[in-house]
Amino acid sequence: MLKKLAIGAAALAMLGAAQVSTAQAEDTIFIPSLTYRTGPFSGGGTPFANGFADYMNMLNARDGGIGGAKIVLEECETAYNAQKGVECYEATKGKGALVYNPLSTGITLQLIPKAPVDEIPVLSMGYGLSAAAVGEKFPWTFTYPTSYWSQMTSILKYIDDNGGLSGKKIGFIYLDLGYGREPIPLLEQLAPQMGFELAMFPVAGKEMQNQSSHWLNVRKENPDWMIMWGWGAMNPTAIKEAAKIRFPLDRFIGNWWSGAHADLNPVGEAGKGYLAANFSGIGTDFPALQDVIKHVIEPGNTQTDPGDVGNVLYNRGLFNAVIVAEAVRAAQAATGKVAVTGADMRVGLETFNLSEERLAELGLAGFTAPIQGSCADHEGQGSIFIQQWNGSDWERVSDLITPMTDVVGPMLQAAADQYVSDKPDWQTQTCG
Amino acid sequence: MGLLFDIFINPFVEMASGLDFLLQVLWEGFVSGTLYALIALGFVLIFKASGVFNFAQGIMVVFAALTLVGLHALGIPAFLALILAVAIMALLAVTVERVVLRHLVNQPDIILFMVTIGLTYFLIGFGELVFGGDPKSMITEELGLPTGSTVFDVFDGIVILQHLDVAAAVISAIMVAGLAVFFNKTRIGRALRAVADDHQAALSVGISLNQIWAIVWFAAGIVALTTGIMWGAKSDVSFALQIVALKALPVLILGGFTSIPGAIVGGLIIGMGEKLFEVYWGGLLGGGVEGWFAYVIALIFLLFRPQGLFGEKIIERV
Repeated sequence: MLKKLAIGAAALAMLGAAQVSTAQAEDTIFIPSLTYRTGPFSGGGTPFANGFADYMNMLNARDGGIGGAKIVLEECETAYNAQKGVECYEATKGKGALVYNPLSTGITLQLIPKAPVDEIPVLSMGYGLSAAAVGEKFPWTFTYPTSYWSQMTSILKYIDDNGGLSGKKIGFIYLDLGYGREPIPLLEQLAPQMGFELAMFPVAGKEMQNQSSHWLNVRKENPDWMIMWGWGAMNPTAIKEAAKIRFPLDRFIGNWWSGAHADLNPVGEAGKGYLAANFSGIGTDFPALQDVIKHVIEPGNTQTDPGDVGNVLYNRGLFNAVIVAEAVRAAQAATGKVAVTGADMRVGLETFNLSEERLAELGLAGFTAPIQGSCADHEGQGSIFIQQWNGSDWERVSDLITPMTDVVGPMLQAAADQYVSDKPDWQTQTCG
Repeated sequence: MGLLFDIFINPFVEMASGLDFLLQVLWEGFVSGTLYALIALGFVLIFKASGVFNFAQGIMVVFAALTLVGLHALGIPAFLALILAVAIMALLAVTVERVVLRHLVNQPDIILFMVTIGLTYFLIGFGELVFGGDPKSMITEELGLPTGSTVFDVFDGIVILQHLDVAAAVISAIMVAGLAVFFNKTRIGRALRAVADDHQAALSVGISLNQIWAIVWFAAGIVALTTGIMWGAKSDVSFALQIVALKALPVLILGGFTSIPGAIVGGLIIGMGEKLFEVYWGGLLGGGVEGWFAYVIALIFLLFRPQGLFGEKIIERV
């Protein structure tokens, strides 16, 4: 009996070894996906993670991966907790991780110093540390397609184009965390320059669903416009409270994390008129989205509810995957390798070109503004557009709005200099 | 001098010059206060019966609300879904008593407290498995709760009363009063107090500890469901809602962990006090002060009444 068991075990071990060698023979690229499908912010984290995973799975199903390399995607649950995010990073970096998409400013801030040490770039797409846009000071961190500061200037331009900014009072309600506080230095600098008065309304994390005091203060201050840097349950609560005090919702603009279907579906008709920034297309009328439906959603190889495909955060997660995939292609082209490394990926992120022609080739014409990877500029200075809630869905109501690069550029440079000033060993680079 | 003026004079000038707004602030504080009292009541019930701070009360709010919304999403009519949600909270109470509490009679309080932490994480995981992590809309209109608002012209200004807030205040008041009568004037209420005083003594006079525990957990479940409906209608129904339960802590410190009237009065003092401070003094400190100011109010009261406003004064003689 023991002899039979030993033979069986040996046979299994040989079979296992054969399978491992087969897997190793195939070129693969390993992309960790830090997700939060649980916890208080899972309402936003889940559709984003689904969009990211579905696009990668579509590339595997339709094209056999990227440039001949099969994508191995591994999700690690962070629950939007910075400590868990770092644990996920440490647990996956040794598997050949190409790039980290932390999906949290808190986690991003933790990973920025680790990236040059482990030579794995961080792509905090539209979030994280705005100063990381300065590529010479942050060779390993990217914020494509734009940064929080750039986004804020685009929002201010929208307000300026719709009634003027000078002499107005702008209210800023924000989640009182690193993420929410990120644009405050910019606002404080721009207020006197552009001639507007600033009123700030911080919302503590545990008060997200208890904002009546904050909106009483808004009523007292009586701002002309409100701008929101919210996330999760803070968003629908704020919009309901704004409607409650009869603040005109067409003068209330959320940033791109405060304008998802998950935010407005609980509000419904009461949120009609509310505005939000966005940089990724809405809906499924894009060939790339149709390919995702055909190759991933319809066969059932997904965690996505079919009704969520095309929603704001789903499409943003998908767009994140598009940038990663394009950077992988650029890295493969630059190095001649199929199975690229994290260091190669950094080169890819500085050289990819998501032009209008390339977007059309990818089946994403009109989905977003073109982005050109660059050594010096790690944010891409991307444009945003404004969308409006019609009571049941989002509608795009503006053209692309470019950021005030002349204003933001020097501030980003100063913030980047400040960041590295007390870090004598910080790795920088010189861009030609 | 300017600072003293901003602290001691200016806020009162603001109040006097905007009486309509002051009324609005007090109304919002009153509504919040009744809801805080309701949340605190869930803690008080279980603390009275077992001497344990029920860490799971927050997640029970989420679980109850998600159950209601989830059942309705399956096509079950709202009122039937409500009845089924009540039944599920009863089932949860019996399960907690049978599976967990029954085996821990007369164990140290800290053991029972740790059990409620375990129960919290179990319900988070179980809830996410069953309902998913997406935020959901409360079925406000389907339950017949009023929406819309009425505007009153007073003191040369306006006061806006949301119908939902009025309903929340009325329902909370009825719930609190009903539970107060039930636990103070009925046989079960007396049994509850006996259990709270001493498990073994209560058992020796024929009180069924298991039955009492199941009843209070069920009552706490009903309170959680009501809180979930009201707060879910003001915001959304998501796992973030469990954080709202933290608002009960300063109320409990102020009102006492064992007093139903304490939960009511404490809730109102905290609700109105934090709103007044946030609106009229918060700007001096950069805003966003109500979260910690609630604890300041509670601590000020504790300086004079360490057992809380209505808590039982414990005198131990050697």
